[in-house]
Order: sequence, then structure tokens, then C-alpha cells
Amino acid sequence: MTVIAQVVHLVLIVALAPAITGLVRWVKARALGRAGPAPWQPYRDLRRLMLKTPIVAETSGPLYTAVPYLQLAAIWLAAAMVPAFTYDLPLAQAGDLIVLAGILGLSRFLLALAGLDAGTAFGGIGSSRELMIGALAEPAMLLVVFTVAVLVHTTSLPAISAHFIAQPVGLRVSLGMALVAIVIVAVAENGRIPIDNPATHLELTMVHEAMVLDYSGRHLAAIELASMLKLVVWLSLIQALFVPFGMAGAALTALALPIFVAKLAAGAVALALFEVGIAKMRVFRYPEFLGGAVVLGMLATIYLYVSHGF
Amino acid sequence: MAGLAYDVAHLLAGTTLLMSFALLYQRRLSAVVKVFAIQGLVIALAAAWQAHVQAATHLYLTAAIAFGLKTVVIPVALNRIIRRLGIHRTIETALGIAPTMLAGVALVALTILLVLPIAAGSALLTREIIAIALAVVLLGLLMMITRRNAVTQVIGFMSLENGLILAAVGVQGMPLVVEMSVAFSVLVAFLIFGVFFFQIRERFDSLELHYLEDVRDRGP
Amino acid sequence: MLTGLALADLGFLVLAGLGLAAIRLGARATAIVCLGSTILCAANAAMALAALWTPAAEQLRLPIGFALGWTVLALDPLSAYFLLVVNLVGAIVSLYAVAHEHGEAQPARRLVPFQLFLFGLNLVPLAADAFSFLVAWEFMSLASWALILARPDDPAARRAAQIYLVMAVAGALALLVAFGLMAGGLDRYDFAALRAQRAGSLVVFVLVLFGAGSKAGLVPLHAWLPLAHPAAPSHVSALMSGAMTKIALYAVIRLVFDLNGQPAWWWGGILLVLGAGTALVGVLFALIERDMKTALAWSTIENIGIIAGALGLSLAFAGSGLAALAGLALTAALVHALNHALFKSLSFMGAGAVLHATGSRDLEQLGGLGRVMPQTGWVFLVAALALAALPPLNGFAGEWLLFQALIGGIALPSPMLKFILPVVAGAFALTAALAAAAACRLYGIAFLGRPRSPAAAAAHEVAPAMRLAMAVAAGLCLLFGLFPAAVAGLAGPAVVQMLGPPAAPVVALPFASLVAGNTAYVATALALAGLALAAIVLMAAGRLSPMPARRAPAWDCGFPDIRPATQYTAASLTQPLRRVFGRTAFVARESVAMPEPGDMAPARHTLAVADRLWQGIYLRIDQGIELVATQAARLQQLTIRGHLMLMFAALVILLAAVVVSR
Repeated sequence: MTVIAQVVHLVLIVALAPAITGLVRWVKARALGRAGPAPWQPYRDLRRLMLKTPIVAETSGPLYTAVPYLQLAAIWLAAAMVPAFTYDLPLAQAGDLIVLAGILGLSRFLLALAGLDAGTAFGGIGSSRELMIGALAEPAMLLVVFTVAVLVHTTSLPAISAHFIAQPVGLRVSLGMALVAIVIVAVAENGRIPIDNPATHLELTMVHEAMVLDYSGRHLAAIELASMLKLVVWLSLIQALFVPFGMAGAALTALALPIFVAKLAAGAVALALFEVGIAKMRVFRYPEFLGGAVVLGMLATIYLYVSHGF
Repeated sequence: MAGLAYDVAHLLAGTTLLMSFALLYQRRLSAVVKVFAIQGLVIALAAAWQAHVQAATHLYLTAAIAFGLKTVVIPVALNRIIRRLGIHRTIETALGIAPTMLAGVALVALTILLVLPIAAGSALLTREIIAIALAVVLLGLLMMITRRNAVTQVIGFMSLENGLILAAVGVQGMPLVVEMSVAFSVLVAFLIFGVFFFQIRERFDSLELHYLEDVRDRGP
Repeated sequence: MLTGLALADLGFLVLAGLGLAAIRLGARATAIVCLGSTILCAANAAMALAALWTPAAEQLRLPIGFALGWTVLALDPLSAYFLLVVNLVGAIVSLYAVAHEHGEAQPARRLVPFQLFLFGLNLVPLAADAFSFLVAWEFMSLASWALILARPDDPAARRAAQIYLVMAVAGALALLVAFGLMAGGLDRYDFAALRAQRAGSLVVFVLVLFGAGSKAGLVPLHAWLPLAHPAAPSHVSALMSGAMTKIALYAVIRLVFDLNGQPAWWWGGILLVLGAGTALVGVLFALIERDMKTALAWSTIENIGIIAGALGLSLAFAGSGLAALAGLALTAALVHALNHALFKSLSFMGAGAVLHATGSRDLEQLGGLGRVMPQTGWVFLVAALALAALPPLNGFAGEWLLFQALIGGIALPSPMLKFILPVVAGAFALTAALAAAAACRLYGIAFLGRPRSPAAAAAHEVAPAMRLAMAVAAGLCLLFGLFPAAVAGLAGPAVVQMLGPPAAPVVALPFASLVAGNTAYVATALALAGLALAAIVLMAAGRLSPMPARRAPAWDCGFPDIRPATQYTAASLTQPLRRVFGRTAFVARESVAMPEPGDMAPARHTLAVADRLWQGIYLRIDQGIELVATQAARLQQLTIRGHLMLMFAALVILLAAVVVSR
């Protein structure tokens, strides 16, 4: 039964990921007063990329063509580990939040290597910045994990979701701080405004786009799909940690699936509105922005000590 | 009701602390003023909530004063001054933003280590409020130390005073809350205008305090 | 078993003698000596493994002795575990040396000390009395010192050897005093007698941290390490970073956990904070160093910090009576010690191969090596993934255990430690992320992209024995990464020996997963799932996208430039991170000299980086000694009467001290 749920989950997230990204773009366009492409445009884009001839840089090695697929598989695996419509998933039991951070780190590592492989200037810029963002986001992420673990005494994702469903917590300031911190981390990891602009092709401001500048055809499709999936990973991680309500346990409920999809869609709309209202940052403001997340994470833990006593 | 009373007070106190950090984080003067206004609003709400919970009418007055001065009058005045002087919108910092924030966290940890054993006997909320209030006071001081601009120093001082008000309203049976808040607010207003009038009169091009230090160094 | 290990250890001395003879016999004899030590190390590793399989304590009293007439050797799970670490690395590195030594001038300069080094490394864990321990320790130090001096015409190596010698002597002295204090009034220096004392002295703890910590590279005693480790030949660097630092940690565990007695919890706090600081300093310098081997040495410091942090955490738990958590933290330390030994020796061997093939270890001269030496490239990729502490490689397992132990730390009773914990956890997370950046830089700049120098373009694959050694190490890294519980199981007996049965690491069987509390890390299942998903992705790509790929010049946003100089360099890749941490962590000064308009001179960008600790501590001490020395030199100008007066005063003061102390 749980294996079936896992398979359904795997298929669902990969099928849904382009629509979520499409939704973000559509809402953003509407909020800016443009008509915007339909939410299902990313499916068409992926299909078109798949049918094109991929062009590979002469100067690149075998790692270069392998990375898009490996990276997509890594992110897909990460997505499979996050509780979605049910927390009773076998792969979610096989690792925890720290392993999840490790697997996301693996995908970033691979992509940064790919950026260096062709030996171009822009690939290097992208890798360099991506490494900085990753290095600063990881402590914040771990401090959020720490806060949650102080409350729940575990880092296992299903256990955390189950705990919060079983005993809903009131207005917890520390959880609020942790939520803000993880949103900042998620924004940074997904390369959204204000850290990176996914729509830009202005060379000097690109991060993710610069790293994958020389990819084309099916390689680019795999990378695009991976970044769409990454958004789903983070949206479902946030819902699993902070709003797991409506999630099913061992016994599936009819409403669990629609609730999960609705939560993802709500997250996408919120992200789009957030992006519309904010400007992109200079590269050297990132440390402060992500440092803010680190500080929030620490404060959340300390605050928890105060309100819980020792 | 007790649960809700605690939760809301807890939320408001936490938000106050958060706003203190937001003050440390901001680089632009106008944003600092905005965050300060929000902190004033939160303090006013905290006072009003305590007035409601403790059924203490005089705290409503404190809330009204805090709202009127901290959220409306002072921010508007500051904004007008900033606009009229056309001062540089970026704060000059003596210490980088990230180190300042880390120092802030260390201060918060320190206050908690300090307060928890002292107030061990008292109620959970009292303990927590005192710890946070002290932290807000220290963060205000930190802001005054690490920012070079006169406006941010004044804001740091006022945010320090917010911490005092928080302590005063949060702890049951504290007398003279209203008087204290009024006195402090007047003092602060005095300080702001004193500084500005002094500086404008001296016709400095900037509100950076090191100009003042230069004056002191030159002697009479 | 113990007899076998002791005999095998003597075998290294025989090999050293053979090494002397090999000067006459030439290259083939050199290879035979190296093969001999490979076999000896492999046999030792097998015996250590067997001793861990059926844990038992053995003792051997030899009637030859250094000072007391007896030498006591003992084998218990802790020494067996560290013997395993040392000999796994030793076997692989000796195999590498078979080819590495081939064709080098003056083989005896390296061959003899190398065998003596292995002898010392094997004797330290076996020694069970203070004298033989210290003698073995000195063997280890002096042999490695001689190895650093293998190329005496290199001024950098000479300087490194000098600083190393000073640090090694100071460290050994601290250990000597520590043993003396532990023995107290007793005349017996065997470990059993010391264990019976168990005074739990703070001074001993501090001395051990100084003595063994300086050998391991704990900040601020690390300054010699990034000079000395890279100065040695690459296989020796691998042995120093992989094995010798672990022996230093063995000394910490043996002396602090086993012999010194029940620690106070806050000692653990000190070690935890020191470890976190060490890890951060190490990784930051690994991130900006352009010499490949020096960067790896800094990364050793980082990993030592991680292990020391885990040891400190374990002490804090043990001091607070939380046995299970103490076991978790100690398991983390031991597991990471073995894993680090493997992946660090692998990466040093990889750097050695690069040096061999291109004649350079400067990252800015390398590039594109993955295409001209593909096999070295793939094994170095494994090393880089392990260095980056990413799953499913073995670097991740120890860190996972450490983070679990840190999170378990919220059960600690001390409020102080509770506040330190999130900060330390953040520091270790930052370390892990920066380590990934540093590993990405090492691999990406050296092996990917386009060659930055003609030497890199003309590089060739290295000798088969070297590739075989690296492949074995890479295979073990993968194996231990996929079955982390196997390593934890090996560490289990040692953990139980130190902390008692409740501390035994928990291992869940079906997938050999690591367990902490109600959380598990099932590396095997995740790796299988990942492989399956990758296969699905590949198949889908093949099915849905029929067009064959075409090769063309890189597009690079419309500015393809054929000159390799337009690539990102090692310095520029981590420039953003250097700028973020530059002011606080190290003294980084950048300056750009821009010529006047119309001037044809090139613009120059210079970067100078200095170690704040080196300037702040070591140079100060150096100046202090200089000052004292000049003052003391004045004493030489005294008259005879003056000299006599000095002696007389010294005598009177001594007598007075005796009276007072009565």
C-alpha cells in the first residue's frame, strides 16, 4: 500500500511540477498587468526542447552530458522523501531532513561542476555565485531543522508531520521565525527574486541561468524540469513542516490529495505575489539576506528555550 | 482564555524582538523609520492587550500614547526631516550588518541566561517578557553603538525605550506605567529635535556623527 | 593476535633495513620494499579486523624496555580500530608508492623513513605503557620529519620541517608531562596502573589537548600542518593526513576517555567549541588556497575539527550521564576518522598523480585533466564528493551522526551548552557547505574546463600501480558510503569499551542503516532508489528525444573566446565567498593597479592572504622568544663573580622552595 502511495507520489510531483511553475509565471504576469502565457506553457516548452537537437560544447567532457540527468534524478529523489498527501512514504522513512539537505547539496554540487566543465566565463560566474548562495543557505536550513527538532525531538520528516497533525500548536513565535527563515532559504535555493531572477537573461545578474547557459535540447529540458521539481520540493517541505494539516497517515483519505495540490497552488500564488512586490538584490547583499535567515533560525531556537524553560 | 492570553502576549513580545532585529538589518534610513513605526504599533498592541487581559484601564492610555507618538507622529516627523535634508538614504555602519546581527543574537542569549535563573520563581510569561524586554533594550543600545548616523542613533534610543514599555506593561502591578511612557516619549522627542536643531544650526552637510567628533577633537 | 601484530610491526624495521640496501640494488628493490610494506599493512589490517570481530583484551609484556625494563603491549578494541585505520591507509599508500618511487632520485631518503614511519604509526596504538607510547610517538614524528626533508634543496620544505620539528617537540613534551602527572607518586607507568588512578585532572586534559591536538592540527596549534603535510612526497602526505592525525586523535581518546578518568561536562564544551572553530578555519583556507596539496591539508584541519567536535560532544554527554548520546557522538568521531583517513589519502594520491603528470600542483596552471587522465579524474571525483560530505559517499555518514548527536544535545542539562549547541550546529553546517564549495573548486578547476598551461594540456595518465591504489581507495570510499552502518559496527566495540554497553551504536539490519533516536539514514535504499530514478530519466530522455547530440564550440552568450584565460580561475571561483568572510576570518587584501589611460602596461590584480592566527599568536611568541633570548644573551657578559652569584641565588631559591613546599 505504502509502495503504491510512493509510486503515485513520484508520478504526481513530476507531472505537476511544470504546472506549478507555469502558475507562478501566470500569476506574476497578471499581477504586472500582462496577459502572460497559460499555466501549462512549461509543458509545451519542455516538449519543444525534447525535440530539438542538443548541442554540446566541444570543450566539455562526459560529466557535462551526464549531469542534467543525474541532477534531475537527485532532485526527484529528494522530492520523493518529502511527505506530500501522506506522510507514510517508504523513501521518507529512509532518510531525514539532514539527508534531504545532503541530496539537494549533491544536485547543486553537480550543477556547479557542469558550469565549470565547458570552460566558459559565464558558466564560471554562475557556479561561483551558486556556491556562495548554497554555502550561506545551508546553516540557516540546519538551524530551522534544529528548532523543529527541539520541539519534536526528531529530524524524521514523517514523524514531524505526524506530530504537528496530532497536536496542533498555537501561535508559536519560534515556529513563525523558523518559517520566515526557511522561506528565505527556499527563495535562495530556488533562485527566485530577490536572490536570482529566473526570467533574466542579463548576463551580469544571472546565477542559475549562467551556469546552464551552454545547455540545449533534452539536456536543458532535464535541467528545467529539475528546477521546476525543486520548487515543488521546497513548497511541499514547507507544507510538511508548518502546515501538515489535511495530510493522510497510513490510511489514505479522499481529501488528502486535493488538499495537497491546493496547498502547492497556494504556495505558488504566494511566491508570485512576493516576487512582484520586491526588487532583486545586489550580489553582495545576499550574505545579509541569508545571514538574516541564520539569525532568525538561532533566535527561534533560543526563543523556544525561553518559552519552554530548560 | 489563559492560553489565548499567553499566546497573544507571547506573539507580540516575539514580534517586538523581531522588529529590533529588523532595525539592525535595514540599511536604508526610510526603511528603518518604517520598521520603527511597526515596532511602535506592536508595542501599542501589546499594551492594549495587557489592558484588556488585566482589565487595567490606564494601560489603554499607554497604548494610545505609544500608538500616537511612536507609530504616527515621530515617524512622520522623521520622514519629513529625512526628506527635507535629502540625507543619504544609506546608513553608514561602524560594524557590518551580519556581525551586528550575530552580536545581537549573542546579546539575546546573554539576557536569557541572565534573566531565567533570577525570575525562576515567577510565572512563565513574566519571565519571558522580562527576558525579551531586556534584550530589546540591549539591542537598542547595540544599534546606537554600531550605526554612525544620528537619526539611527535616535531610533536606537527610542527602540530601547520600547523595551522598557514592554517590561512595564507586561508585568502585572507595575505602577506609573503611563507616567513613565509619557516622560520617556517627551524626552525622546526633545532629544531628536535637539540633535537636529543643533546640527542644522551648525550647517553640517551630513548627519554623520563623526563630523561632531571632529569638532570635539579640534577643541574650543 | 597481538603477537602477530607485534611481529608484523618488527617487519617494518626489517623493511627499513632492506630500504638501506636498496640504494645499491636500484629501482626493482625499491618496488619490492614498497610491496613488502603493502603486504604487511594488509596483514595488519586483517588482524585488526579479526580483533574487532571477536573483541578481547590481550596483553604482552616484553622483557626489553626503554627505561623500566619492561615494554607492555596491549590490544583492545580501541587500538584495534585505529590499527585498522592506519593499516588500510598504509596498505593503499604503499601500493601507490611502488610506482610513485619509480625513477625518483635517492630512493633511500624516502624509503627508510617511510618504513620507520609505518613502524611508529603501528606501535603507538599497541603501546600500553607511557614509555613505549612516547618512544613510538617520537618515531612517528621524527620519521615524518625526515620525510618532509626528502628534498632538502627545497627552501619551503626546509622551513616546514623546522616549524614541524618545534611543534612536534613541544607536543611530545606536553604528553610527557601529562603522563607524569597521571602517574603521580606511582612508579609504574603501564596503562593498567594509570587507569587504576583515574584522577580526572584538568591539567592533564589541557596538556593532552596541547600535545595530541598540535599533532592533529587543532586550531590554534595548526600552523605547521598546512606547511608540513604538502611538503612531503604525495604518498607521505596521504599517510600524514590520513593516518598520523588519526593517531593523534587516538591519543586524545586513550588519554582523556580511558586513562584520565571521569571528565567534567564543560571540558567537552571547550573541545566542542575548539572543534567547531578548527573546522571553520580549516575550510575557509581550503577554499582560497591555490596549491592543491595545501588546500587538502587545510581540509584535513577542517575534518579534524569535525572529529574533535564530536569527541567534545561525547565528553559533554558522558559528563552529564547521557550514555547513549555519548555513544552516538563517539561513534560519529570514530566513523568520520576512518572515512576521512580513506578519502583524504585518496585525494592526496590524486593530487600526487596530478603533480606527477603535469609537474605542477598550482590550480591556476591546471584544467581539463579529466580528459587526458580520465581514470584519475573519476577517482578524484569520488574523492571530491566525499570531501564535500555529500551522500552517498562516506564523508556524509560521520557528519550525519554528528548532526544527530548535536540535535540530541537539547537533552543536556546545562543551559550554557544548550545555547552553544545551535551556534555550533550552524558552524558545522556552514563548514559542510563550504567544504562542498572547496571540493567543487578542487575538482572543477583541475579536472574540468580547458587546460590553463601547456603542461596540463600535455598531461598523461599515471602508472598502473598508482591508479590501482587510487581505485582501491575510491572503492572503499563508495563501499563505506553505501554501508555506513558497517563502519559504525566496526567502531562499536571501541565505543562500548570507552563508555559502557548502553553507548553501543544502533544499527538496523535489513539495509545496514544508521539509526539515531527514531531517525534512520538508509544509504543503500536511497542509492538504489536514486539509481532507479536516474535510469527512468535516461530511458525517458532516450525515448522522447530521438535527435543525436551535436558537438560545436561553446556558445558562451555569443562571446566564445578560444583562450583558456577567459575561464573562471581558482581564485575567482571563490572570490564571492572570500569577500564575505575575508575581513573577519583572514586578512585578505586585494588591490588593483590600473595604468593611466594611454599607458600600455597591463592592469594587475594582486591578492594577499594571511592567517590571522599566525600573525596574532605565532609571530608574537616568536618575538617574545627573541626578546628573552637577547636579554639572556646579556648574562654571558657577566664576570665570574656574577656567574657565581647567579648560581648561588638559584641554589638558595631552590632550597627555600623545598622548605616552603614541606
